Amino acid sequence: MRDFAYARAGTAEAAAGALADPRTSVIAGGTELLNWFRLGIAAPDRVVDIGGLDELRRIDRDGDELRIGALATLNEIGEHPLVTQAAGALASACLQAASAQIRNRATIGGNVLQRTRCPYFRAEEPLPWPCSKRDPGSGCTSLAGRHERQAIFGWTQECVAVQPSDPAVALAMLDAQADVLGPAGPRTIPMREFHLTQREAADVGQPMRETRLEPGELITGYRLPVSADGQAYVKVRERASYEYAIVSAAAAVRLDGARAGGARGQRIATARVALGSVAQRPWRLTAAEAGLPGAPLTREALIPVIERAMADAVPLPQNGFKVLMARNAAVRALLTAGGAR
Amino acid sequence: MTLDFARRVEVPLRLNGRDLTTVVAPRSTLLDWLRDDIGLTGAKKGCNEGACGTCTVLVDGRRMNGCLTLVVQCAGRSVTTVEGLAAMRGAGPGGTGGGSPPCTEKVGGELHPVQRAFAEHDAFQCGYCTPGQLMSAVACIAEGHATDDASVREWMSGNICRCSAYPQITEAVLAAAREPAADDRAGR
Repeated sequence: MRDFAYARAGTAEAAAGALADPRTSVIAGGTELLNWFRLGIAAPDRVVDIGGLDELRRIDRDGDELRIGALATLNEIGEHPLVTQAAGALASACLQAASAQIRNRATIGGNVLQRTRCPYFRAEEPLPWPCSKRDPGSGCTSLAGRHERQAIFGWTQECVAVQPSDPAVALAMLDAQADVLGPAGPRTIPMREFHLTQREAADVGQPMRETRLEPGELITGYRLPVSADGQAYVKVRERASYEYAIVSAAAAVRLDGARAGGARGQRIATARVALGSVAQRPWRLTAAEAGLPGAPLTREALIPVIERAMADAVPLPQNGFKVLMARNAAVRALLTAGGAR
Repeated sequence: MTLDFARRVEVPLRLNGRDLTTVVAPRSTLLDWLRDDIGLTGAKKGCNEGACGTCTVLVDGRRMNGCLTLVVQCAGRSVTTVEGLAAMRGAGPGGTGGGSPPCTEKVGGELHPVQRAFAEHDAFQCGYCTPGQLMSAVACIAEGHATDDASVREWMSGNICRCSAYPQITEAVLAAAREPAADDRAGR
């Protein structure tokens, strides 16, 4: 790890001010940043520590809005009664991320800024192969090599990586807003638009851009509408715990009326569903959300709606299985959110 | 508004019950500092990227990976390593075994109940992961997550055991959790 100079920020404004110098990184928990330093993914001259800004750590409710500070840790969010009640999919996503000890350090602000787990990207410098994220324009070794864990939506020849964050999927599904602070003052970014696919980034002429966060901007927190919808986060992975998702799905469901004998056979009033680890951003299935109201909450009814909403998937030669796996994760998340067995 | 960036930083903290001030380069991780500067080699350097959990220590009573924590992030905090665990025995809530010997001394005497449970249940083979398993187990119990087999396995999943002593580790954690007041000793 290269040496750097260090300062503690007394206010979020001071931290954002320091970030105006592009040689500066911000550290909160550090669980991702320290590994970037070790691999050479980042090598800043200066690091500004926002970990002491307790006002950015709060979790509270303001009317119909749940507010979560950027420095709240994944364990704090996952076990907080306000979150488990009003944003259960987010709580579940937080607790299914990483390990208990990492979740004690990792913050929700930093979590959505983590970068892909693509092994060709996460190698120590000097990289022995091309990677456009590490060396812009050099190409994508994964595309020609192993890519079974990579994207089925929005990828380009330059990069086929996925965004691995679990909480980001829940935040996008729950229509959360990120509050950010930057040189131009505060603004908000909807979490369903926060991340960019490689295709979206190329379309704005910045092919390696990953988020809508501008240089020098800092996430200070999130606001999300309190929801009484049933919610679920389904994470499919190669071992039961402490593993990144192959695919995941977050869902929120409200059923029409109440019927004795459980949710089976009841009809969907509204549904929201987003997939994770299928693209470089959480993938809301908006077409499915439009098609689900009125449908019965059964696997048989859900499958064709989800399949139609995923018809534009473009799997790579080695990851066709992710289309079916993601479809099933979405169906399972919707059934669980709706209370079906 | 302008921040004062420094290449050497003075960090006051409490280590295994003893207050001290250290001066470090900002890039020093808690793990490297403990092992190389202080000489406490209980926390192990397995993967050095947060994957294996063998560097787990308590910071203000919460378990964390020493390799993913900078010393400068521990200013004003209380750090407990496996070397301080026996001294935590009998410490009440909020205590880290006050009046304990200097932090660099290996503390002898009676083991912490979690250590004893690991020995009694044969919860290791090679022992390399054990310091991290112990610290994680102490926290897992204090958090209230040592309720049944499945919960222990889920909440201890950040500690890898390549000898695969998981059944014995799970038993040891559950046995230690059943001891009265075991959760008073997390060193918060």
